[in-house]
Amino acid sequence: MVLTFYVAAAIAVICTGLMITRLNAVHALLYLVVSLLALATVFYTLGAPYVAVLEVIVYAGAIMVLFVFVMMMLNIGERAAQMERAWLDPKAWIGPGILAAILLAELVYVLMAPAGPSGFGGEVGPKDVGMVLFGPYLLGVELVSMLLLAGIVGAYHLGWNAPGEVESLYAMESSQQRAVISGDLVRAGSDRPADTP
Amino acid sequence: MLQLLWLIPAIPFLGALILALAGRALSRRMVASIGVGSVAIAAAISLAIVPAALALPAPYTQVLWTWIDVAGFRPEIAFYLDPVSLLMIVVVTFVGFLIHLYSAESMEEGEGYSRFFAYMNLFVGSMLVLVLADNLLLLYLGWEGVGLCSYLLIGFWYKDASNGLAARKAFIVTRVGDTAMLIGLFILFHTLGTLQIQDLMHRASAHWAVGSPYAIAAAALLLGGAVGKSAQLPLQTWLPDAMAGPTPTSALIHAATMVTAGVYLIARTHVLYTLAPQVQFAVAVVGAATLLLAGFSALTQPDIKRVLAYSTISQIGYMFLALGVGAWAAALFHLMVHAFFKALLFLAAGIVIDALHHEHNIFRMGGLRKELPIAFWTFLIGGCSLAGLPLVTAGFVSKDLILWSTWTAPGGGPGFWIVGIIGVLLTALYIFRVIFIVFFGTRNTPVTHRPRYRITVPVIILAALSLVGGLVKTPLLAFLHNALPALVDARTGSMTELSSAIVSGLAFLVGLGFAYLFFIRNRQYADSLMASPTARLLHAFWLSDWGLDWLYDRVFVRPVVWMATINRRDAVDSVFSAIAWINLSAHYALSRTQTGSLRWYAAVVGAGAVIFAGVILLT
Amino acid sequence: MLGLIGLLTRRNVMFTLMSLEVMLNAAGLAFIAAGARWGQADGQVMFLFILAMAAAEVAVGLALVLRLHRIYKSVNIDAASTLKG
Repeated sequence: MVLTFYVAAAIAVICTGLMITRLNAVHALLYLVVSLLALATVFYTLGAPYVAVLEVIVYAGAIMVLFVFVMMMLNIGERAAQMERAWLDPKAWIGPGILAAILLAELVYVLMAPAGPSGFGGEVGPKDVGMVLFGPYLLGVELVSMLLLAGIVGAYHLGWNAPGEVESLYAMESSQQRAVISGDLVRAGSDRPADTP
Repeated sequence: MLQLLWLIPAIPFLGALILALAGRALSRRMVASIGVGSVAIAAAISLAIVPAALALPAPYTQVLWTWIDVAGFRPEIAFYLDPVSLLMIVVVTFVGFLIHLYSAESMEEGEGYSRFFAYMNLFVGSMLVLVLADNLLLLYLGWEGVGLCSYLLIGFWYKDASNGLAARKAFIVTRVGDTAMLIGLFILFHTLGTLQIQDLMHRASAHWAVGSPYAIAAAALLLGGAVGKSAQLPLQTWLPDAMAGPTPTSALIHAATMVTAGVYLIARTHVLYTLAPQVQFAVAVVGAATLLLAGFSALTQPDIKRVLAYSTISQIGYMFLALGVGAWAAALFHLMVHAFFKALLFLAAGIVIDALHHEHNIFRMGGLRKELPIAFWTFLIGGCSLAGLPLVTAGFVSKDLILWSTWTAPGGGPGFWIVGIIGVLLTALYIFRVIFIVFFGTRNTPVTHRPRYRITVPVIILAALSLVGGLVKTPLLAFLHNALPALVDARTGSMTELSSAIVSGLAFLVGLGFAYLFFIRNRQYADSLMASPTARLLHAFWLSDWGLDWLYDRVFVRPVVWMATINRRDAVDSVFSAIAWINLSAHYALSRTQTGSLRWYAAVVGAGAVIFAGVILLT
Repeated sequence: MLGLIGLLTRRNVMFTLMSLEVMLNAAGLAFIAAGARWGQADGQVMFLFILAMAAAEVAVGLALVLRLHRIYKSVNIDAASTLKG
């Protein structure tokens, strides 16, 4: 059991790492799916079978599928691969890497504090979860349903394509657009020309 | 009748006010009537007061209202009439009236007619306030008022920048003196508790011993003020440049009245000077030095008005000399006579200048004896009175009295007397130089303009006064000695008054002879004298007022200008600009973080989380 | 951690969203672990909520991506920077 946990965890981490470094977006998606499945396994080994199944069905099933659909709709293709290659030089990984490393260090430091008795408790079955859901967390459930409703409405409205939309209102100047699309390497910062004081 | 005293300064002020507010709208006749008329009325009133004032047993004070009433400091607007102030108001108003009448015609051509009379009336009003003041604060008010009017009138033709510079120079130099005087007033009030003049004199003699440091300080500071206003050494540099103003201004302010304010001040506060013999001696030294210095400078000037300016400085030097040896009444007598002949000289010079269409240089004039007879005769009479033509002129009487006093007074001595005699010689020399060059010889510039009655009548009156003014010597002195201490004859020795008079008369003739020799008989003598380099050097030196202008420029003006130039960025102000600059810089720095890039914002949020967590963990 | 790195580095907006999902999952994992540790069901309930929220967010987010793509004709996330001040 413990071995399963470690293996699945390792797979999850490796897959996520691979995912964020892929050039092709679809490849990255596939890696994400694998990572999610590994995560579900982790959940199971932690004694939460209900959540594990839920993860597979909802997350890997529905949400990832959404991603795949949208990716196909955007239909970027080969040009995207080139762009990605242009955008991703090693220099770009440094800053965020440092930031994340510090965060990781802090997290580990917190976790290394002397903890209480370790070891897993027993399995928490679906029945127990259900009892809690309909008990103290009833209000939360209702709110979640309203959230989902809002999500549906919002997504529908945003995706609605009225004939002859005024897109030019939001368009930027063409030169800037061209610069952006052609993929000039802009550092994470301002690309506004300096004003004279 | 005495109740009308307050009208004497008030009416000229009223005239000034009317002309300042409404002068542009009035016709020339109207303006002249108001301007001249106000001073005429003041003169009439002061003459009318004379009989009543002569009969007064004690000085008369007229209190108008209380000016300030704070913590025991209570100066009032009050006028004080005693022999000294009576003499001054008669001189100021009468000579002022004659000069106003003259200027009614002479200023007619230019623009700013009403402005001129407004300033002149304001001046007369301030001078009268100064002279009639009961307390030193009111006197200082009048003092500042005449200083202001002097500035305004010197720079009257303001369109020419050099006039403005001359006016500024006058104001600033006299300011130095004014500041000294103000500090003196502070000391007096602080130590004696009052500024009311008679009160002050009593308290000073009661509290202070002779030679007390307070008396010395106060007297010296007041002397500083007098030196500035009366253009004595070392503050005399402004008066020659002040000739940039109109001729009536020079006549009134810079000859007859304002420059005598210093003499008046010292005479009024004479108790302080008797309590501080060192300072009184300094007064005499200042007077003696100035009269010589100015006499030499006057010998070299080519501008007729500048000659008269140096002459004024020199004659006031005589007055200071008299004050310094304790001959108070003699100084005031000479003041009166000087007012007559100096105003006369300026006005006659004005006739010549106007007639030759604003020509000031004497070497471009000449042979005007026949063309302008009135100017010639009056200038001649004035010049003789100035130099002291024996017996017939008033100037001789008053100057002689001073010379005699320097010999006999306890504070005087042969040294001062000799200086005075040399002064007589110089005076005769320089004034006859001018007379001979301007009125004799060949004509260089044609006459374009002749004066009419409003000009000629005042000068004739003044000429008459210059001659007969000496007749009032004995009664005037007796009258003044009601208010001022009489001079005690300390040494008579080998000199009598008559012999002193003879010597000064001889000095006059010697000076006249030299002038005749150089300027009538043979002009070549003057040229050959000037040929040697030392002569040229001396000439240049005296011409530039003994180099004082150059000295002041180097010592005072340049350092101040240098400091102002260095501080051009204004070190103090930059503290406040720095605050604004910091704000602006912070603004620009911060606005650069608004990039609009989502990744940048997320990164910043992440960094913030890291820092926050770090802070929590570490504390 | 990796999710954060991915979020900050990738410019393709799809990757941004995917990294976001990763981070949410990570949070969820923490909850599950905590719940398992004390043997309570609350951890799983938390994860449930997070899951639901993630679903809604993905839906809206993808709709926004489609919008962005129509306007800016690009999936570069730096293109939509009109908030620049």
